[in-house]
Amino acid sequence: MTTPVQQPVTSVWSMYRAIVGIGALCALLIVSVFKATEGRIADNRARFLASAVAEILPEAQWTLAVAVDASGALVEASEGAALPGYLGFDADGNIVGAVITGIGMGYADNIRLLYAYSFELDAITGFKILESKETPGLGDRVEVEPHFLASFDRLDASLSPGGDALANAIVTVKQGEKVAPWQIDGITGATITSEAIGRILDVSASVWVPALERDAAAFAGRQPHEEEQ
Amino acid sequence: MNDAAHWSIFVEAALINNFVLAYFLGICPFFGVSAKLETALRMGGAVSFVMLVASVCAFSINLLLDAVAAPYLRIISYILVIASTVQLVEMLMRKLSPATFRALGIYLPLITTNCAIFGLALFQTNREYDFTRSVVYALGAGAGFALALVLMAGVREKLDLANVPQLVKGTAAALVVAGILSMSFMGFAGLGR
Amino acid sequence: MNQPPTTDEFVKGLWRDNPVFVQVLGMCPALAVSNTAINALAMGLATSFVLLMSGISVSLLRRFIPREARIVCYICIIASFVTVVDYAIAAISLELYRSLGAFIALIVVNCLILGRAEAFASKNTVGRSVLDALGMGVGFTVALLSIGIVREILGSNSLFGIALFPDGFQTWTVMVLPSGGFFAMALWLLVVNRIKERQALKEPAQ
Repeated sequence: MTTPVQQPVTSVWSMYRAIVGIGALCALLIVSVFKATEGRIADNRARFLASAVAEILPEAQWTLAVAVDASGALVEASEGAALPGYLGFDADGNIVGAVITGIGMGYADNIRLLYAYSFELDAITGFKILESKETPGLGDRVEVEPHFLASFDRLDASLSPGGDALANAIVTVKQGEKVAPWQIDGITGATITSEAIGRILDVSASVWVPALERDAAAFAGRQPHEEEQ
Repeated sequence: MNDAAHWSIFVEAALINNFVLAYFLGICPFFGVSAKLETALRMGGAVSFVMLVASVCAFSINLLLDAVAAPYLRIISYILVIASTVQLVEMLMRKLSPATFRALGIYLPLITTNCAIFGLALFQTNREYDFTRSVVYALGAGAGFALALVLMAGVREKLDLANVPQLVKGTAAALVVAGILSMSFMGFAGLGR
Repeated sequence: MNQPPTTDEFVKGLWRDNPVFVQVLGMCPALAVSNTAINALAMGLATSFVLLMSGISVSLLRRFIPREARIVCYICIIASFVTVVDYAIAAISLELYRSLGAFIALIVVNCLILGRAEAFASKNTVGRSVLDALGMGVGFTVALLSIGIVREILGSNSLFGIALFPDGFQTWTVMVLPSGGFFAMALWLLVVNRIKERQALKEPAQ
């Protein structure tokens, strides 16, 4: 029933017409959907961040996105910075802590996390995994194992006398061998994931903590902008 | 701004997060041409080659899209540019090196819109790899794809001679083999550090 | 080629020509996110939406698109709708968007969609294309969901995120890992093959 009919020769004009026409329709569709959803997506992102911050830095009333520039100075983050940090402020504009994004290779894939830094304690006081594909039941125990989480009550991240590096590298040790405040008590059976967390924190904190300690005070007294949460 | 070591990117793409066995990308050719070792090898070569081309394309498109701040054009421009570049390369290859074309050429149209190629382009963008890392990632992914294909072909050649119940023959048996291969590849996890 | 729409256009996608279990099409990007029932359902619905919209567009524009340029036009249309879905999911739920990851964008290269555009929508009226796309979409979603359900029950002792057996059992972690996707799909293929075999045995007897 579908004997191929003689195809009429298509003119170049009609090919151009079709491709340009469809291209224009598609462009219109994509751009209008992008514009329509832009606001809601930004809202969702902000709400997600706010709930994560509320979990690990409950004292903060609102946050300001910051970044460390190439010279190691703390600056206000531009829109869409890759791995931003956030200064947490209370209602009076005092800085109560910082929340920083860290990323690194875990057991199966990249792990992306947020961790809270306390200026008062010179220590990391909590973390929250944002993205991970660690083995369920093994690698994801880093989020629930009590002795592992206990290391984060006050994980020492104080600076060396020079102020440009951590005094002691943050490191994950074997389960039950934690002796110093900068060590994380590892998890037997989730060795690689728990070590990865230590490494991510060490790499990120070595950059961020010196910048935070030196420059964060300059941001004190800020008031939230209209659009900030 | 991903500063992972190059060798660790390679190992990760080839073994730990093998495109076929961990991400299920490129399953169609995986089951389609993995019946014979010879074709599997050639297909693997062709895919690695296209991956390399696609990776370079995706990297340049991404630079361009960032410059004009139009992230919403990513999907459509990736697929169109990769597809047309592969076509161009195919024509060039036919002119310049007929021998290579005979070995790889017939697979090229098949894999232009293969999910593994497109997946590679997306993943390298999501991970914010720079140029050399993108290329290493593409090489690793290609090597991993070829490896999975060759292993699968080896098993399936043996399986043809085995006494398999009629019900299981074909796709179901291939799926189970792929599942077992995928499990054994999990043993590589943790290598890439 | 101008038959009126029939229910058969819809029903064939559900069972006889089920895209996953019979044609084994379009599994590449979908299987990876079938580790929980929610993800599988979302992925199935997203794919169905693209399938439906691209089916309608291709069918509407079929006289306008010259044969020589058809593939590039189809890809353009499909990629646009995938971009739409990508942004829509991010606007609906960021959590879902994160767990599906790059795999939403990968709907573009799902062979099922280009396959239906080329084989059906480009030759049929809008009405018939809609029925065909809906049937294929539902068939695809149901298949993916059944894989997701098996993986979630066995792998995490829950369904749609709700814990199932309070006493629990040693969960089969392997089912939530990538290899579980292969196994669960093989399992369903066996079930489908078995039913088909029995039907074929019965038929001559009637």
